Amino acid sequence: MIADIKQGAVKENIFSDEKILVIKHLYKAFGNYQVLIDFNLEVSKGESVVVLGKSGSGKSVLIKCIIGLLKPDSGTIEMLGENIGDLDNEELDKIRAKAGFLFQSNALYDSMTVRENLEFPLRRHWIEVSQNEIDLMVTEALEDVGLVHTIDMMPAALSGGMRKRIALARTLILKPDIILYDEPTTGLDPMTGKEIIDLMMGIKKKYNTTSLIISHDMNCVKHAGDRVVILLEGRCYADGTYEALKQHPDLKVKQFFE
Amino acid sequence: MIQSPAIKIFLNEVGELSRFTGRFFNQCFKPRYEFKEFIRQCFVIGYRSLPLVALTAFILGLVLTMQLRPSMVDYGVESQIPVIVGIAIIREIGPVITALIFAGKIGSSIGAELGSMKVTEQIDAMEVSGTNPFKYLAVTRIIAATVMLPVLVILGNAISLYGSYLGVNMQSTTSFSLFWTQVFDSLSFSDVVPSFVKSFFFGFAVGIIGCYKGYNSNKGTEGVGHSANSAVVVSSVMIFIIDLLAVQVTQALGLN
Repeated sequence: MIADIKQGAVKENIFSDEKILVIKHLYKAFGNYQVLIDFNLEVSKGESVVVLGKSGSGKSVLIKCIIGLLKPDSGTIEMLGENIGDLDNEELDKIRAKAGFLFQSNALYDSMTVRENLEFPLRRHWIEVSQNEIDLMVTEALEDVGLVHTIDMMPAALSGGMRKRIALARTLILKPDIILYDEPTTGLDPMTGKEIIDLMMGIKKKYNTTSLIISHDMNCVKHAGDRVVILLEGRCYADGTYEALKQHPDLKVKQFFE
Repeated sequence: MIQSPAIKIFLNEVGELSRFTGRFFNQCFKPRYEFKEFIRQCFVIGYRSLPLVALTAFILGLVLTMQLRPSMVDYGVESQIPVIVGIAIIREIGPVITALIFAGKIGSSIGAELGSMKVTEQIDAMEVSGTNPFKYLAVTRIIAATVMLPVLVILGNAISLYGSYLGVNMQSTTSFSLFWTQVFDSLSFSDVVPSFVKSFFFGFAVGIIGCYKGYNSNKGTEGVGHSANSAVVVSSVMIFIIDLLAVQVTQALGLN
């Protein structure tokens, strides 16, 4: 039974009706290998959706299609009211300024200090911003992740968890409307992973951001998402709350929770 | 139909490199111009290569003079050492050796840096941050390499000739002014200009190949090492090919 199985009531009353992200019939293949086949998803404003899937199921491809790093073969992705496929580079940059992206590998610039890493998106997206404003925003973002003391350090001098938090601060600095997290807890020990999840939830609460989280870490799925979407065989196989999907009779859904 | 996989790979590589070069020319004239990063790259690529270029150029001039002396003494033309060394260094040895050192230092460093940025998603992060990574990373490095190599060649040539002056004075005495007068009197337009012009092409080749290899790096950390290595090998071969073409062109133009 492969279908969008709506299980359990999503906490609809706390989210706005405004759709921040709408994906329709997304198809992406690499040669003969079909990664995404007719993938559909809607994310409301303020909602936190986790896309759960096995390694190699196309989760990272999906998130890269959303941010415009990969071009889908067919289907539409509408983010913040704009169809990503119709945008030229300049328009895409404007959308990217409103959408944060936390990379799985953190993607901190090795040759820059923490301060320069955080300043980079600010200077590129907001050309008119003054140095004083930049300093304030960098400090505020670092305060949010509790790492102000690392401001002049190089990324190589930081631990894995600290690098993840700095990457999160860099994502936050533009005060995005939606944050896309690509495997935020992968490669971290359970304690640090928990800290990152708490931080993500704190940020969501403080800035009321919408989140799309790609993960196969069940701890992250359980705590960070208002809604869970299972990506299987290139499709949105099941969709519901964590508790509802955990009780789901379908064996393919069940295997994720065992 | 091409059967050999090696030829297919080679032709594919040539095609991709040509496309990359086309993309460079397409992007380098369009705004937004990355002046700040270009200046930083000139410092990294040019200034930081100077000590290595200076040391090797000095030793080259000194050793060339010492090796040349016995033969020149045998033919009784010891006084012509500055002339021979001057022409050899300015026309050929200076630009080619400096370019090969440049390929080893800068080609490998660009290949490894961009390769590691690629595999750790830093290039993607740059794109998400509203930056055209090709322009910011590749175009600035290619132009900096093209501009800085001729500067290094000029400085390297001068240091080589100074090494040669010391070499001459190790076993005889020649005044500083006489040495330099002999060198400059022996040089003509056709010695200086073609060698200076070809060093721009050497710099461009090192920059474009380093960036191409780094930008197309894959297979994780193994791929980074491969990018750095192949950037040096391909750049070095390209330097000799450009040198060969430069000789043909200067001959065709009657500049030899």
